[in-house]
Amino acid sequence: MELLRLRREIDFFGQRRIATILSVILVLVSLGSLATRQLNLGIDFTGGVLLEAGYQADADLGAIRSDLEAAGYADAQVQNFGAARDVLIRIPPREDIDAEGVGEELLGVLRASGQQVDLRRVEFVGPQVGQELTERGGLAVLFALLMILLYVMFRFQWKFAVGSVAALAHDVIIILGIFSVFQLPFDLTILAAALAVIGYSLNDTIVVFDRIRENFRRIRTSDAQAVMNTSVNQMLGRTVITSLTTLLVLIALFLFGGEALKGFSSALIIGVVVGTYSSIYVAGNTALALNVSTVDLLPPKKETANDGAVT
Amino acid sequence: MNRYPLWKNLLVLIAVVGGGLVALPNIYGDDPAVLISREDQGAISEMEADSARRALAVSGFEILGARTRGNSLLIRFDSVEAQLSARDLLVEQLGPGYILALDLVPRTPDWIAALGLRPMSLGLDLQGGVHFLFEVDTDSVVTKRVEGYADDFSRRLREDGIRRTVQPQDGAVRVELRRREDLERSEDLLTEIEPDLEYDSGFDGEAAWITATLGEARLRELRDNAVSKNITILRNRVNELGVAEPLVQRQGQGRIVVQLPGVQDPAQASRILGSTATVEFRITCYEENALEADRLGRAPLGCELQYHTDGRPILLRRAVIADGGQLVDARQGFDENGQPAVHVNLAARGADAMLEATQENLNRPMGVLFIETKREWDDRGEPVTREEKTVISDAIIRGVFSSRFQITGLNVVEARDLALLLRAGALEAPIFKVEERTVGPSLGQDNINQGMRAILVGLMLVVLFISVYYRVFGMIATMALAANMVLIVALLSLLQASLTLPGIAGIVLTVGMAVDANVLIFERIREELRNGNSPQASIRAGYEKALVTIADANITTLIAAIVLFTFGTGPIKGFAITLSLGILMSMFTAIVGTRAVVNLVYGRRRLRRLAV
Repeated sequence: MELLRLRREIDFFGQRRIATILSVILVLVSLGSLATRQLNLGIDFTGGVLLEAGYQADADLGAIRSDLEAAGYADAQVQNFGAARDVLIRIPPREDIDAEGVGEELLGVLRASGQQVDLRRVEFVGPQVGQELTERGGLAVLFALLMILLYVMFRFQWKFAVGSVAALAHDVIIILGIFSVFQLPFDLTILAAALAVIGYSLNDTIVVFDRIRENFRRIRTSDAQAVMNTSVNQMLGRTVITSLTTLLVLIALFLFGGEALKGFSSALIIGVVVGTYSSIYVAGNTALALNVSTVDLLPPKKETANDGAVT
Repeated sequence: MNRYPLWKNLLVLIAVVGGGLVALPNIYGDDPAVLISREDQGAISEMEADSARRALAVSGFEILGARTRGNSLLIRFDSVEAQLSARDLLVEQLGPGYILALDLVPRTPDWIAALGLRPMSLGLDLQGGVHFLFEVDTDSVVTKRVEGYADDFSRRLREDGIRRTVQPQDGAVRVELRRREDLERSEDLLTEIEPDLEYDSGFDGEAAWITATLGEARLRELRDNAVSKNITILRNRVNELGVAEPLVQRQGQGRIVVQLPGVQDPAQASRILGSTATVEFRITCYEENALEADRLGRAPLGCELQYHTDGRPILLRRAVIADGGQLVDARQGFDENGQPAVHVNLAARGADAMLEATQENLNRPMGVLFIETKREWDDRGEPVTREEKTVISDAIIRGVFSSRFQITGLNVVEARDLALLLRAGALEAPIFKVEERTVGPSLGQDNINQGMRAILVGLMLVVLFISVYYRVFGMIATMALAANMVLIVALLSLLQASLTLPGIAGIVLTVGMAVDANVLIFERIREELRNGNSPQASIRAGYEKALVTIADANITTLIAAIVLFTFGTGPIKGFAITLSLGILMSMFTAIVGTRAVVNLVYGRRRLRRLAV
């Protein structure tokens, strides 16, 4: 069985103007939203207290809010978490918060209404720890990009390295942008997902580059765009199938993995879609814009004879 | 023809069978158990074990098994409810002197356990429990040390009649001399008693000054020491709390992670672990008027104004007879009037001082000062530490004693906590909780169930898809995927790395990505076939040409995973571990593993077409 048996090549790079405009718009909107609305950072980054509790019956959020307000937690955010019986309470960091007893105290407030409340999870993060985590997280993303840039430079060529890192930055910015535009909660697991997307999207890009390199060496034409187009088309089957299988498991994770993994899996789903698109358009287009040519990928002189014999 | 050499086929076979064996302990599950240990760390005797078993049998508990583990006795039950109520029953039946901990014991059959194979451990988010991150206030150790130097300097210079003011500063001591001619002599004296400090000096008109600074290396040593001593103390405290498999570990420069799986009462754990409580024994200034001092807000010379827990002002002498650091043992019990008390046992040095003090002060009151260090925030949001001191007892000394006596004036819980804290030792430097994560046991079980379901559903969808899409080759890829899962579980079990919820997510993601290697190979084989190559040649070319691509793609993903592991903490690390293991294993199963099977199926015959 074959999903994609194409009669003709799709002219991917002929549409590069449209793709470029689309990418630029998406990136600009994302950056704009990140600048004005920021991210809805979870307590992992901001510090504060988070409590998840399970009620026997559907929880009355209004009553919980007023109970908490009466107890001096007017700034508490109360929301359902997954089910109507589960409640998530978030309290932003405060200087006077007592690290020792805040979880107990909150639970006491909830239980005071006479309902049976099951404590599912309490998290307390000091403001300092959160700040460090934010710095380390940002540093991790930058460091990962740098290492990958070096590896691709070493294995391919600097124009490809710039292309792949441009694609990765594009993906990360758009994921963060979507989380910012829709104000989805951004916690530690989402950061991990963003980094996993870097790995995944790069995987796609490298596979395409690999074929481009092979074709450049074999076809020996001056029309770089045609070579790249052929390569993307040759790899299209693989790109689509792999994205599909990855999406299948991510959808399983989203539907069955529970509330705690919802954010994580949705970030990855966005990432896989954006990453597949970027490895076709952004990475290749950047390399083309840098005038990549056959010369860039010719193997060192000594090996030319061998190379010809193999292919 | 496509054939693998024997050693490659054997390698695949050994990896799969060996991996299966190592992963085997994971399918048996755990039994809830209660672990009984003696407070004095002695072995549980046959008699004690018998009485515990009998007490449980009388109350109708069904015991799945009881055996010794080290010096402790481990009793297994069939449900968590039975485990919890059995613990409560045993606490009552055995009385004080025992520590009872809840534990999960793998149900692994003996022949597997005998091979040293264990199931992978579950992270706190799957098992339930508490995670603390403490920060050690190492600055206070430096300050204390500097103050000690200042006292020593001041005393030494005074003995020589040198007029001076000595001031402790930030990491240094500054000595100001009235007369410049004292400088040389003073410097000699100071370097003689503390040769390790860095000295600097100069003149200031008629006066002179010396600064003694703690060097970079010395500061680091002091701080390191404080952290490692605190880790030891925290381990003692955790053991006293009775936690089955605790983790106490240094993190970074001055932080300590404590993980207590299965702890039901995080509030008690937090109170005990973070407590800086200690005691000091001092004679009271009985001859002075405490009420008067309270009114003036000023204590007479040599005395200190403190308050009793009932609010009374009390004057204590500045000199300390003994403190918490000199205790060798402390137990909670009751005094002759039936009031809760802590029975303490002083070490030799403290005992001598105590003997002398009680001889001199018979029939006068001795104060027990309870000291606790708390962290607060000042107006600028900077943390400041403050000592909270209360006098818990000022009983009259009725007779001469030295090493053994008791502390009264506490309720039962306070006495129990204090005894535990004194026994485990005082912290070298105060610690403060900067992070706490508690996961209730019900959420842990939910996380396991949901995570496993996600893996199963994801796996089935992928298997279905590739089997339809690539037919025979798809089924071979399915076998590789299954082998990949088994190897990940086997490696996690071998490394004893704990599986967390993000770890499960990493496995799920691996399922999706592991297929990629096979997709690359199979697509390449199809391409070769389309180009008119023979099936056997296509198989060979497909595997060979896809190899470089697969390696490049996986190495870059591995780079991202390693960065995640290096920069990440707890949950992120779990994700990075399973993702990297998954990638590495998939390289083996998807390339070498599938090739071995493909060769077995197709390798020996002439083919007209391939089911790919």
